[in-house]
Amino acid sequence: MFSFSSIEAYQQQLKAGIITCADAVNFYLGEINKRKNLNAFIEVFAEEALQKAKALDAKRKNGETIGKLHGVVIGIKDVICYKGHDVSASSNILKGFKSIYSATAIQKLLDEEAIIIGNLNCDEFAMGSTNENSSYGNVLNALDEARVPGGSSGGSAVAVQAGLCMVSLGSDTGGSVRQPADFCGIVGLKPTYGRISRYGLIAYASSFDQIGVFGNNIPDVARVLEVISGADDFDSTVSSLPVENYTSQLNNSNKKYKIAYFNEALDHPGLDKEISHQIKGFTEQLKKDGHTVEPVVFEYIDYIVPAYYVLTTAEASSNLSRFDGVKYGYRTPDKNVDLTEFYKQTRSQGFGKEVKRRIMLGTFVLSAGYYDAYFTRAQQVRQLLVQKTNEVFKDYDAILMPTVPATAFKIGEKMDDPIAMYIADIYTVFANLVGIPGISIPLFKHSNNMPFGLQVMTKRFDELSLMQLSHQLMQQYKVN
Amino acid sequence: MSVNYDKYEAVIGLEVHAQLLTQSKLFCGDSAAFVNEPNTHISPITMAHPGTLPKLNDKAIEYAIKLGLACNCEIEKINYFARKNYFYPDLPKGYQVSQHTTPICKGGYVTIKTENGEKKVQLNRIHMEEDAGKSIHDQDEHYTYVDLNRAGVPLCEIVTEPDLSSGDEAYAYLTELRRLVRWIEVCDGNMEEGSMRCDANVSIRLKGETRLGTKVEVKNLNSIRNVKRAIDHEIKRMIEEVENGGTIIQQTRSFDANNGTTFALRTKEEANDYRYFADPDLTPFHISDEWLKQIQSTIPELYESKVKRYTTELQLTEYDAKVIADERETADYFDALVQQTKNYKAAANWMIGPVKSYLNENNTSITELSLTPSSLAEIIALIDKGKINFSVASSKLFPALIKQPDVTASALATQLNLVQTSDSNEVASWVEEVLNKMPDKVAEYRKGKKGLIGLFVGEVKKLSKGKADPKLTNDLLLEKLNA
Repeated sequence: MFSFSSIEAYQQQLKAGIITCADAVNFYLGEINKRKNLNAFIEVFAEEALQKAKALDAKRKNGETIGKLHGVVIGIKDVICYKGHDVSASSNILKGFKSIYSATAIQKLLDEEAIIIGNLNCDEFAMGSTNENSSYGNVLNALDEARVPGGSSGGSAVAVQAGLCMVSLGSDTGGSVRQPADFCGIVGLKPTYGRISRYGLIAYASSFDQIGVFGNNIPDVARVLEVISGADDFDSTVSSLPVENYTSQLNNSNKKYKIAYFNEALDHPGLDKEISHQIKGFTEQLKKDGHTVEPVVFEYIDYIVPAYYVLTTAEASSNLSRFDGVKYGYRTPDKNVDLTEFYKQTRSQGFGKEVKRRIMLGTFVLSAGYYDAYFTRAQQVRQLLVQKTNEVFKDYDAILMPTVPATAFKIGEKMDDPIAMYIADIYTVFANLVGIPGISIPLFKHSNNMPFGLQVMTKRFDELSLMQLSHQLMQQYKVN
Repeated sequence: MSVNYDKYEAVIGLEVHAQLLTQSKLFCGDSAAFVNEPNTHISPITMAHPGTLPKLNDKAIEYAIKLGLACNCEIEKINYFARKNYFYPDLPKGYQVSQHTTPICKGGYVTIKTENGEKKVQLNRIHMEEDAGKSIHDQDEHYTYVDLNRAGVPLCEIVTEPDLSSGDEAYAYLTELRRLVRWIEVCDGNMEEGSMRCDANVSIRLKGETRLGTKVEVKNLNSIRNVKRAIDHEIKRMIEEVENGGTIIQQTRSFDANNGTTFALRTKEEANDYRYFADPDLTPFHISDEWLKQIQSTIPELYESKVKRYTTELQLTEYDAKVIADERETADYFDALVQQTKNYKAAANWMIGPVKSYLNENNTSITELSLTPSSLAEIIALIDKGKINFSVASSKLFPALIKQPDVTASALATQLNLVQTSDSNEVASWVEEVLNKMPDKVAEYRKGKKGLIGLFVGEVKKLSKGKADPKLTNDLLLEKLNA
């Protein structure tokens, strides 16, 4: 019977001839079939994945050198383009659209011999915190099917949580990887803005979006990160800084860190009391174990969510203009309309409610007369946050925070109150606003039996410290 | 009712879109070249497929800077691109990437000359942006077709201040601007094919009034001449409108080249809100002093400067200077020529005379001319030394040298037996022969018809096949005739 613990262990078994890639793919195809009710996958590339697995098995048996992700079974969020495969951002406006090219991250996975097993459900255009805004229906949390998996990368989180693939890719604009990882009890990483090429990632908010990785442990996540990061001629915003070899440098369990936390975050009135209590207790534990853990004053916590929603919706209102029914995707069936009506009908019918809400919000904040009060002001807040954050990292290696103020919501719980839903992004949007890397690691369990995570953040492009510290914390404090 | 046009003056500003001659588009590797077959220069990026991103073409920035420097603009060191948001089927992303709010070149001017003298037409700015695709409305009854070959081709928009006052000035400005973009090789300046396009903003006001009148934008101007025609018509129309008690409404009008009039396209009551914001997919780009210097060094001497140099340093007439400088290649050839000869006037005469005629007759260009400037300089030197006369040089030696560019001018002149002789015995025998043939004329001359000397000289020239030194011929003739 196939079982998966880590990529390293899996590849050792492959090399030892104990199992094959085909065994792994068959296993996951079976699991996906068994857990169809979770609605994590939109499409499973069963035949193709099996063929790829067999080809890899043959290659390995020939004694050829194997790629870093040889045989690794990966699911991808339905916002990442994979040549020849449907990609729809879980939206009716792109239903049936096939990508004619592959995202840079996908090409890098394939070059290292990963097996892409299917694409994963998410909130439409990555807008949402519960995966309830998908035209394919909501995804269930495998630990409690009455609860949401979080969003927007809900399918990607559940696919790893429920053992439907080894690792998965999501995207994180304001927490869409870290928040579902927190809700599902797995690891979810959002790298530095500019670490991974966004070419082929369907844009929500260009200056915030970043591809992220879900996994069960830090070494798996670090390995995928190592493969998909780096310079790209097709993305002007990606960094050309060399990518470090994270996997080989993970073990530094003796290192003591200087860690900051914000009292304004841990004492926030919106934060679940038990989460607050457990994380505070955890900071005490870290101190006892020799780390320096100190509170830092951070007065801007209540400006974070408004600034985030003004800026991301502004960018989204422009990014989603290309979905107009002219070139591809959904087009209104009504032929007896003028051009303006054609656009109105196509976009009104093609987009879902939350997407339309954000397009309208973003259009509003960029409108003449409101621009300075909203868009310009929010940009100033963002600048201020970047400065303050840089100051914190002058003295500290990392910042700790909760990932989400509550554990996984009940399905439908917050759908009638979008503002309450937005406010719940308070701890995750910070990293996107300032561009730093953040990770949610599953260290805690709530008395309601749901898991929750600890969010760790480091300075820009210091993924190495982020991986090392997270690995140390996972090894020392993870309760199984 | 008669209309008093002279009470009014026109205020005109021009917006010119110039397609840059880069190999690839502004934000992707697709070819920027013009091609007839629709939708052939299109990648997922041009088609704005989901997930695609722009990547800036540095060559386009270089060309924009080059144009800015040539127009005496101030170059902005820190630049970014903004998105101009609007929906149209030939705008694939639903926004145009432009520098509308933060132009790379600010201020500057283009010098024009009209019958009213010289004028520096003030520029407001030059900015970069991407072109849209083309909508084709007349191929199908029910559908509009879209061709995205042009989408993403880099443009420079050159915007003047409202600094022009007539169709003639607009004509002169566009002629100079077109010469300039061709001169520095950033745009082919072809208005008929649309690689250079012009919109005119026209308003009128009473003379002495300082405020601007309501402006009308005129589009669809596909030649410099039509820009002038449209402006002239529009000024007349607006004055008549006001004189007849009407008011000018702000609108966009199109020019109908068939009848020389304009008609309203749309009236914009409220301006479109384009919601400009910095494109987050493109990082700001910085222009270093070093790069600026390097680009500056690629700008050749410009037309204006050449004309000035030719008239002052080389003492050419303004007419000659302008004819030679009109095209950069001709001017470059001439500059190489005057490196080799000090007889500038002769050099200019050769350029305007035999060289130009040869190029016209053979339908070729100066860059194709096999004769090098130094060979031409050698011909001029042979004439100056009296070895050959101009008419033989231009009719015989010049075409022969073009066919045999590897032979030196003097060698070929000798080979073709074209060198004038200063041997007085030989010339004297030709003189003798001519005078003997024309006793009547000789008699007439001696009776006082001194003008006949020209005839005798011509006859000697003919007889000698041009080889007789004209001065020597003249001297010997006078000697014989006056004996």
